[in-house]
Amino acid sequence: MIWISGALVFWVLMWMLNVKLSRRPSSRLVGLLVPAIFGVSILVIWEALVHGFEISPVLLPAPSAIAVRFANSLPTLWVDFVQTFVKGAMSGYIIGCGAAFLTAIAVDRSPFLQRGLLPVGNFVAALPIVGLAPILVMWFGFDWQSKSAVVVVMVFFPMLVNTVEGLKASDHMQRDLMQTYGASYSQGLTKLRLPAAMPFIFNGLKICSTLALIGAIVAEFFGSPVRGMGFRISTEVGRLALDMVWAEITVAALAGSAFYGSVALIEKSVTFWHPSQRKR
Amino acid sequence: MISRVAPVATVVLAIVLLWYAGAVALNSAWAHDKAKRANVTLGFNELVMDTWAQEKPRLPAPHQVIAEIYKTTVLKKITSKRSLIWHGWVTLSATLLGFGLGTGLGISLAVGIVHSRAMDMSVLPWVIASQTIPILAIAPMIIVVLNAVGISGLLPKAMISMYLSFFPVVVGMVKGLRAPDSMQLDQMHTWNSSRSTMFWKLRLPSSMPYLFTSLKIAMAASLVGAIVGELPTGAVAGLGARLLAGSYYGQTIQIWSALVSAAILAATLVAIIGFLQSITLRRMGMVR
Repeated sequence: MIWISGALVFWVLMWMLNVKLSRRPSSRLVGLLVPAIFGVSILVIWEALVHGFEISPVLLPAPSAIAVRFANSLPTLWVDFVQTFVKGAMSGYIIGCGAAFLTAIAVDRSPFLQRGLLPVGNFVAALPIVGLAPILVMWFGFDWQSKSAVVVVMVFFPMLVNTVEGLKASDHMQRDLMQTYGASYSQGLTKLRLPAAMPFIFNGLKICSTLALIGAIVAEFFGSPVRGMGFRISTEVGRLALDMVWAEITVAALAGSAFYGSVALIEKSVTFWHPSQRKR
Repeated sequence: MISRVAPVATVVLAIVLLWYAGAVALNSAWAHDKAKRANVTLGFNELVMDTWAQEKPRLPAPHQVIAEIYKTTVLKKITSKRSLIWHGWVTLSATLLGFGLGTGLGISLAVGIVHSRAMDMSVLPWVIASQTIPILAIAPMIIVVLNAVGISGLLPKAMISMYLSFFPVVVGMVKGLRAPDSMQLDQMHTWNSSRSTMFWKLRLPSSMPYLFTSLKIAMAASLVGAIVGELPTGAVAGLGARLLAGSYYGQTIQIWSALVSAAILAATLVAIIGFLQSITLRRMGMVR
């Protein structure tokens, strides 16, 4: 009982603090503090409720138990991380996004192909591509190559659509101006249209960064060597070692956020001129 | 019309041709192997014919997939466990339930975020962070845990769909509910309208275009969620189960037919939302 009422009191106190903080004039500190307080209070309440209701660790382990497990199995987690994220997701991400980018530039000179590719690309981007995972695992074997192939297929079309869309982003006046300068096609591309496409390209890169990790993990459900995040999750669920599963999820969340964050950081420095990046 | 259809048709045709060529390339090894054991040499025509008609090809040709789909939809009874329609329905019901729950959760979160500054500052960053967690990776755990609690069947799959589909709705609706500019908001103020009137008469109507765009993404996402949610249940029912069973037994044609029907399902669902969108927006006078 004391855990539950404690959790409730803590929740109310933290929420009041947040309401108070959010009424103050916005600053960087407040902007970071408020979500941090919210996150911490969720963790505390989770912990308290697990103790309060005496939830079995087989169903939902407490955050403290997960943290202990995380600290104790760092080597395993690192091996899994390298297998799934570095070998599977990253290689697929680079190949897939690179290929999509090059394809977009290749079809750039043919409006006919563009008009054909955009609807098809949009359609494919909405399909459950994850379903291709078993087939690609069959083709490329159990190791990271098949995971990488799944990621390539998953990221290709969102990236293609965004890049093609982006290459159309510069307006007529600007293109006409380049023409009056006597710029060649490649000059127009590198000096005007590619920079103008950058916000779209980075939008695609950001969407793909989350897709890549998902693709690599799900592909491991269909067969993998005895390491990797997806493999660990599915086997530890079978052994009901949920604290290990949650530790693996923590790794995935950290890796995913760091990946997304670094793409966003690069975006900030490349597209500093775009209205959405200006300080408000 | 021609100028819009012709490019798409060309690209689709190119994909189909590539598919047939790929089938020849990927399946020829097995065809050669078979011919060697039977002590016959294959001419080009026979080779091609063989690669397009194998029983367990590495890549089935499109007509094989279509034949399999026809066989498992039209020729089987709907109640049969081999009917693709039955499996499709299992997936579809989980998708729709998850989509409904996700949309409800998404819209209510967005309403809270727009009306409460504290919620805006504390919840929104975590909503965005929640999507960097590859939720599909947790899917097996959610299914197993909910099964252990006694919740099984439709709901666990729908939960995964919900988690995937609420995010685009939150983001889209926050944008949409904030779409009215300050002139319009001031106008409402001068009419002394309450917050709820402002919500129902101004914010909600102007959020409609954003809502429908998000709903399309949410629908596609929740179908993916439902399919992945079916993987760990031990391949009982649903398109995801067909995928897993097919991959266990090397039934490539079955995998592809499940995939193609999932694609058809996704396209139909998104098209329905697109249809509703065009009707609603036209009646609201928002089509430009």
